[in-house]
Amino acid sequence: MSPLNMPGRNGLLALIATIMVLPLMLPNAFYFDIVILIGLNSIVCIGLNLLIGYAGQISLGHAGFFGIGAYFSAILTSTYGWPATAAMVVGAVVVGLLSFIIARPIMKLQGHYLAMGTLGLGVIITIVLTQESDLTGGPDGMPVPGFSIFGWEPYGETVWYWIIAAVLVATVWLSLNLIASPVGRALRAVHGSEIAAETLGVNVVKYKVLVFVLSAIIASLAGSLFAHYTGFITPDTSGFIHSIQLVTMVVLGGMASTFGAVAGAAILTILPQLLTVFHDYEHLVFGAVLIGTMIFMRRGLVPTLADLFNGRQK
Amino acid sequence: MTLLRVENLSRSFGGIKAIDDLSLTIRPGPIHSIIGPNGAGKTTLFNLISGIYKPGGGRIVLEDADITGHAIWRLAELGLARTFQNLQIFFNMSAIENVMVGMHLKSDSRFITSLFRTPGIVKGDQDKREEAIRLLEFVDLGDYLDADTDSMPYGALKRLEIARALATQPRIIMLDEPAAGLNPAETVAIDGLIQKISENGITVILVEHDMRLVMGVSEHIFVLEGGRMLAEGTVADIRNNPDVVAAYLGESGRDR
Repeated sequence: MSPLNMPGRNGLLALIATIMVLPLMLPNAFYFDIVILIGLNSIVCIGLNLLIGYAGQISLGHAGFFGIGAYFSAILTSTYGWPATAAMVVGAVVVGLLSFIIARPIMKLQGHYLAMGTLGLGVIITIVLTQESDLTGGPDGMPVPGFSIFGWEPYGETVWYWIIAAVLVATVWLSLNLIASPVGRALRAVHGSEIAAETLGVNVVKYKVLVFVLSAIIASLAGSLFAHYTGFITPDTSGFIHSIQLVTMVVLGGMASTFGAVAGAAILTILPQLLTVFHDYEHLVFGAVLIGTMIFMRRGLVPTLADLFNGRQK
Repeated sequence: MTLLRVENLSRSFGGIKAIDDLSLTIRPGPIHSIIGPNGAGKTTLFNLISGIYKPGGGRIVLEDADITGHAIWRLAELGLARTFQNLQIFFNMSAIENVMVGMHLKSDSRFITSLFRTPGIVKGDQDKREEAIRLLEFVDLGDYLDADTDSMPYGALKRLEIARALATQPRIIMLDEPAAGLNPAETVAIDGLIQKISENGITVILVEHDMRLVMGVSEHIFVLEGGRMLAEGTVADIRNNPDVVAAYLGESGRDR
């Protein structure tokens, strides 16, 4: 059994090929910066897609977990002089515990109520990060020291490009594995029919908690990397707008599609840059593109295009 | 010999007693049917036995284990499976994946091994897939293995639910109106399938409105009315019971 004999192998190989070729086509640091942001957004969206697309549970507060990861890295490294990797792990553990404690009550909610609950959670996190200004610098934000791992301190866009690329490929690989496994089928069953899943022996609450915690930890790790990469963070990283952007990326790219999450992240990160040519009408065009996509490609980009490619009509 | 025992079970909804001090015994082996007019409490009884509703009073005993108030998902482990009157298919998965979810309890569902797709996971999935193919062929859905469930006909989906329930390797399978919405030919096929399931040593409990089907396959019939047991016995007993004829089968029931 070859390790390459896995679900989504062609997509993964295509992604790796793209990552290999892309640096040759990027003229300067500005473009590298955008691609790195695409990578970070993709990582968060792959986790969020496990929750939204596969398990069918909405979260409008995931930027909160991203923010906690970012601030733990920032505060522990700059104020307390911790090694970056340790700070990142501690941030992820704290987010893991927090999301685990919150998951049980919040995952009992369904539909709009779950959206409200997670939205509230994100808002609370932003408020805490804004108000605890002694630690976080308040609304003005705080600087973050560079990343370091085993004494190596990556610096510059090209180095970060390869770091984020490696993390992204690993995330895609793990996500594809998970979805094709018994755990992944259980998650999808929870989406399909909770009551049927339960009568077949799937502990629905356990799987909802699992996927919520998993997606929160992924967001936290991406937040830590983001903080070290950009070198400066504000409470906006944890804010409602960012949460909505993440959900929009998942929905636009295609729910229940790992590569859809990557495509959605790529498009919604690039689009605002492209649309600057429209000057004052930038946001208008941006909104029109979103509306148009959702009207004509209701299931999102990647699933719709995949169906067209396979000659299936929906 | 008793497989499943319901003792003095009660459940009301807003003052209406859907199940009222009901007791019954299921023996291992025979096909049991539960019939009764609409609102008699048949589906409520299924929902109570399968843990979806919590009873207001009484006990449910599977062999010697009291399963009253057990978490729903634990009942699959104890050998209790069911289908639904209104379909509960996982429409986001293919037919074969639906059946593979039914094998969840026998699968390696550890998070870490799943994440890294260990050889054990790959091997397990291959075995499960083969088993699922056998089950789909058993319910005569061999043509639909990798079909999108949202493009499958209604009759096929009803049988898919049965295959999925069988995948849990149950001792008891509860079928909630398996023939509802089916045409006469499909109903005959379901009739044959129910007997095949029974021949495999699985105890079938059937809720069904199609009297021809019920009278044809059942070895033991319970008649509910207003949440209480009106009568029980063999097909002949039920046919000749004047209470049943009056309350449920009507005049035409006498001619059958």
